[in-house]
Amino acid sequence: MNTTRKMPAVVALFAVLLMSGGPLRADEFSEKDLQRWQQQFQDTVQTGRALWTSGTDLGTNGVACAQCHPNAANTHPETYPKFQKQIGRVVRLWETINWCIRNPLEGKALAADDPKMVALEAYVTWERRGVALDPGKH
Amino acid sequence: MSKQGSGIKRRDFVKTAAVTAMAGALPVSLVELAFGKQQDNISFAYISDSHIQHIRGTEFVRNWDRGLIRAVAETNLLAPKPDFVMFGGDLAQLGTKPELDHGAEIMSALKGKVRYVMGEHDYYLDLGKYWSKLFGPQYYSFDLKGVHFVVLNSIRTFDDWTYNRWPTAEQRMSEMAGLDNPNGSPFMVGDEQRVWLKSDLARVGKQTPVVVFSHSPLQKIYKGWNFWTEDAEQVQALLQPFDQVTVVYGHVHQIQYNQIGNIRFHSVMATAWPWPYPQSYAQAASHLPKLTVPMNRADPFFERDATGWQFINVATGNVDLNYTLYNNRSRRVAFNAVTGQPEDTVYQSPDSRIAPQTHY
Repeated sequence: MNTTRKMPAVVALFAVLLMSGGPLRADEFSEKDLQRWQQQFQDTVQTGRALWTSGTDLGTNGVACAQCHPNAANTHPETYPKFQKQIGRVVRLWETINWCIRNPLEGKALAADDPKMVALEAYVTWERRGVALDPGKH
Repeated sequence: MSKQGSGIKRRDFVKTAAVTAMAGALPVSLVELAFGKQQDNISFAYISDSHIQHIRGTEFVRNWDRGLIRAVAETNLLAPKPDFVMFGGDLAQLGTKPELDHGAEIMSALKGKVRYVMGEHDYYLDLGKYWSKLFGPQYYSFDLKGVHFVVLNSIRTFDDWTYNRWPTAEQRMSEMAGLDNPNGSPFMVGDEQRVWLKSDLARVGKQTPVVVFSHSPLQKIYKGWNFWTEDAEQVQALLQPFDQVTVVYGHVHQIQYNQIGNIRFHSVMATAWPWPYPQSYAQAASHLPKLTVPMNRADPFFERDATGWQFINVATGNVDLNYTLYNNRSRRVAFNAVTGQPEDTVYQSPDSRIAPQTHY
């Protein structure tokens, strides 16, 4: 192989490493990365909290999730998936959230991967942090 | 009507066949109360926390409307008639004229004397101005059959928060309306009412049973959700000299009861929706009274579950609460003369509790 042809690629690689602040590999991450990822998550939690307390973003009648679930209490995200006797099968948390959006909030159900649903799940789970997983528990 | 106590038959308490049919669907506790000499007993119904919520135009949130309408209809079936009906505060959700008017209209179907307690959802838009126009003074007392009753506005807070903090009245209301909103502020009775209470109680004999109605607990349970009154100890100090004192409060949307010294505390249910017990919020410590046997965990698929109203009997100065729970067995929390404290008449012993009473 001709080494002179490899040189530009090597130079480019060094340039990238210098710009990213250190010789990292794909399976390594820095404190800065951790902070950024945590910030992304916290922003989503905050979006979820805003939706949770909003009377206009999810429903049609002004009712907010937080009216019945202050600090998302009594939502038990650690117990999902679980058998929901009222639905008659094992469901995930987002399905129960949709039940609340459709009924007390008189709104339209969200897709499981709707950014709003992701934010709601992030908020609910954050408020329950530290509680051991207990799937299936009623 | 017969006053012979045990000689009274259930049919004496219902007026028509139609009412009999409805009463048959009601918990037995409503008719049990007729025993005893009527002239010695004071009984009253307690309806609270209806949170009538305006959507737009003539539309209101149906769910909350139905809760209040049902409580009013059932209260009207009580026989013998209660001496009066209390409304425990938070008639409205955001204190607006349409909400207070709509709530007052539903309440107007009640037969007999109705008295009101101020809630924070009624207050923080115009600081109680329109509410007072509809329902009268925000704190007062009255005497009935040898019992001294006091009504307090316990949901006031620091003047700086009320008068200086918020650019608009609407924002002030909205900030206080969020139960878990960190921008809220602790409830308090305040200096003005404590001075009034002291002078009001000065003319009452220490053997006279005293019953105090407030919206917030007049005890400290969980500050994060304002299950709390900042000057609770100072209010309690004014009440402790009396032999028999009972505080009945709303706000918490759940069954709570407690005893501190001579003072017994009882909460009432909401007609709108139930709240979680504070211990189910994993990020904070709460001080739910050990005496309290919690109500069942609510099943949200039954929209009236864990909501209800109360029939309260004051016999010999002790207050017995009968909770009318729509999708559960009714509860009765009564003064136990043997233990000297309020207790659930079925579930108080740890052996008799049931799984749905475990909150986590």
